Amino acid sequence: MRSTGNKVSRVGFFQNPIKRTRTIWGFLFSLPWIIGFLGFTLIPIIQSFYYSLTEYSIFRSPKWVGLDNYVYLFTRDRLFTTALKNTLYMTVFGTALTLIVALLLALLLNTKLRARSLFRTIFYIPSILPQVASSLVWMWILNSRWGLLNNLLNSLGIASVNWFGDAAYTKPSLIMIGVWCCGNIMIIFLAALQDVPRSLYEAAEIDGAGTMSKFRHITLPSLSPSLLFQIIMGVINGFQYFTQAYIISNASGAEQRTYGPQNSMLFYAGYMYSRGFVNFDMGLASAMAWVLFIIVAIVTVIILKSSRRWVYYGG
Amino acid sequence: MVTMKKNKKSPWQVRRDIALQVVAIVVSLVFLVPLFWMVSTSLKESTQVFTNPPQWLPNPVVWNNYAEAVTKIDYLRYSGNTLLVSVTSMIGSMLSASMVAFSITKIEWFGKKLIFPLVLGSMMLPYQVTMIPVYIIWRDLGLTGTYLPLIIPYFLGSSYYVFLLRQFSMTVPNALFEAATIDGASYGKQYLTIMLPLIKPAITSVGIFTFLGSWSDFLGPLIYINNERNYTLTLGLYAFVSEHSVDWHLLMAASVVFVIPVIIIFFFAQKQFIEGITLTGIKG
Repeated sequence: MRSTGNKVSRVGFFQNPIKRTRTIWGFLFSLPWIIGFLGFTLIPIIQSFYYSLTEYSIFRSPKWVGLDNYVYLFTRDRLFTTALKNTLYMTVFGTALTLIVALLLALLLNTKLRARSLFRTIFYIPSILPQVASSLVWMWILNSRWGLLNNLLNSLGIASVNWFGDAAYTKPSLIMIGVWCCGNIMIIFLAALQDVPRSLYEAAEIDGAGTMSKFRHITLPSLSPSLLFQIIMGVINGFQYFTQAYIISNASGAEQRTYGPQNSMLFYAGYMYSRGFVNFDMGLASAMAWVLFIIVAIVTVIILKSSRRWVYYGG
Repeated sequence: MVTMKKNKKSPWQVRRDIALQVVAIVVSLVFLVPLFWMVSTSLKESTQVFTNPPQWLPNPVVWNNYAEAVTKIDYLRYSGNTLLVSVTSMIGSMLSASMVAFSITKIEWFGKKLIFPLVLGSMMLPYQVTMIPVYIIWRDLGLTGTYLPLIIPYFLGSSYYVFLLRQFSMTVPNALFEAATIDGASYGKQYLTIMLPLIKPAITSVGIFTFLGSWSDFLGPLIYINNERNYTLTLGLYAFVSEHSVDWHLLMAASVVFVIPVIIIFFFAQKQFIEGITLTGIKG
């Protein structure tokens, strides 16, 4: 029935005025997005694949070099390898820690707390601050000599830490800033927690389930869809990590453009920016863009595939 | 449910509740300290900034730091530039995202099912993947150095906001639009008189997020704006840091001034913030 209906209407497209108006209006209303998608997403992705196979300094037209850029990145470019490693570090540990803290805060706000909305506001606010501002505040707090944190540590008898000056501490410091900004993820978890039907917990209590058991068998499964989404976004955002690292590593008074001590704050997006817009090596930067594209696609697919085993969709 | 509420709390539960309350207070203090420290430093004399142990409250309170920071950064010009970019981006985003959401939820045409997966896909696409070729496009058009590369994308329905409005629009009953069609209302009229009023709360969220995103954007202006006169606040602030990296009282004053609009908007529109985030976060 349905297929014949479709066939008739497809044949009658130009004669069927209702269908024609719908298509025209639908197309017109989507037109902004269609132009944007073609002009600023699809065509650029294809273009960048072409550029990635060329030597292209912005001042001269692209010169075909085949896979040279990719070969260079993976065999000779030690900065690229460093950037990849650092980004992986930030993505894995940064995302994990941020999600855990966001989840703990959401769980805390989901109890019968007094002044709950006040706490929610306080936990949330850091996440809406512009990254430039939060970078500056934390640069000051983590200042090795006069910073608040070292002062407090000293008063507890702990020696100062050279947060942004010691390669071992730069990334943990950046992760600390990221955790401080976990508020928006917390809100998402909190909303998911509030969607869990009370009846589930009540039924579990009647069956004699303890707090841990309820968390393990009701709360976590109910949260798993939003957790999955946040993990994927964490990976994607991890590869875009730029502003804080750029500001902190460039603004700490050094004359020369640096990536922090021993390049410990050199991340994928920052390196790509330098290659493209400082060295004007558009070919190499495009190759990095494609490597990024493929990594993100593969990781997303792997996470989605694994999710069939641990994500629970209710209803 | 009613019977459970009547149960008296056991001593163990009372103790647990108190412990949770204490944890909440301590954690929120930790979250507040950086903000407090920013404001406190911004009001200190330069000699008070570098003290050990730290001086929690400024004494005397030096309001002049603000005047100094604002004149040194040319705050008026930069905030004017930033407002221009943010407000136009906001308008573009509200307009185009709502149009596209209308098209893919309320009009029966072949694009309805085709566009949504592409919206999801491009939403997940890192900015860096298209950064280089898009820059080359703008350069070829001779428009780098203007604000257009920062604004125009918002007029072309940025995927994240289309997604947000699509999620919200799904909750609006189609029957309203079908009835209007029967009454002979065109799709244009339906968009203006039914769609827009009904999804207003979500459009407000989109407006706020776009405004703040644009207000806070650093990478975009860093790539496209090269003339100091045209700097946005993020660039102005960054340039200031590079030159005055030891004047922490001024830097913090500048940061406070930069952050205040964001905080004000948040307190006026808390509900839209929370709803907007929830809308995009759950379904995935």
